[in-house]
Amino acid sequence: MFLYSISFYLFSSIAVLSALMVISAKNPVHSVLFLILCFVTSSGLFVLLGAEFLAMILVVVYVGAVAVLFLFVVMMLDINFVKLREGFLQYLPFGALLGIVLFTELGILFLTDKLSVMSLIEFSTYPIFSETENTKDLGSVLYTDYFYLFQLSGLILLVAMIGSIVLTLRERSGVKKQKISEQISVSNLNSIEKKKVKLGEGINV
Amino acid sequence: MFNVSLEHFLFLGAILFTIGILGIFLNKKNVIIVLMSIELILLSVNINFIAFSSFSGDLSGQIFAMLTLTVAAAEAAIGLAILVVFFRNLASISVEKISNLKG
Repeated sequence: MFLYSISFYLFSSIAVLSALMVISAKNPVHSVLFLILCFVTSSGLFVLLGAEFLAMILVVVYVGAVAVLFLFVVMMLDINFVKLREGFLQYLPFGALLGIVLFTELGILFLTDKLSVMSLIEFSTYPIFSETENTKDLGSVLYTDYFYLFQLSGLILLVAMIGSIVLTLRERSGVKKQKISEQISVSNLNSIEKKKVKLGEGINV
Repeated sequence: MFNVSLEHFLFLGAILFTIGILGIFLNKKNVIIVLMSIELILLSVNINFIAFSSFSGDLSGQIFAMLTLTVAAAEAAIGLAILVVFFRNLASISVEKISNLKG
């Protein structure tokens, strides 16, 4: 239990500090790297909570896909990053006030007596089986009771993929490119024919 | 102090959520940081879901966290695509410049 608490405080403090660095780093590349650190430590917290599969998914999806996507975009855009920092201090008082109010409200909410774990267990419909591993349990629930939601999330990913391709696709002028539809629709009316021409006779067209 | 309970995880989620909101407010000139703050907010929500799932012994929270993860990935992809198009048109990623639809 002592090791559990030590790892919880270690992981959570690193997560909070790296989250602070995400929003305050001068260079956006550094913020992306701190975001990766935050996600990795959060996956450690998920392991502490007994959700191993989601911890691995978090590393694969966020660190492997989303954060790298962010990194690509940050590096592709040619921006003067010093100018982007303007206005940081201007919004700081209002933002800090809002943050303090929000955090106090959430804290008061969590400290009330109504929130007890024992009252939650009564509503538990899919109890965590302790004999099998987390991944197997998740699969047995996800592919049966939550099957439609699972399919729907696949559809969401498809829509996101098509949407981002359509958004970023553009026709460039002055670039030589193969147009397959034009190649297929060629007829002999607008094509060249090779003929042998005898000397002095010419040819009928 | 050393007995980690549900409230500890909820407070961690609350801190991360507040940091995410703060990031949206402070970085008005940089949409990339705003998108990253949204990712932080979604992460804090996931922490809450999984903490509740673990402490109440119910798997539904983990399923829902997985769906949230899917939506977050889709949102990041679409958001970055919009950002790239926006930068191509205006050569800037400032939030204040996004006012073309304002009448």
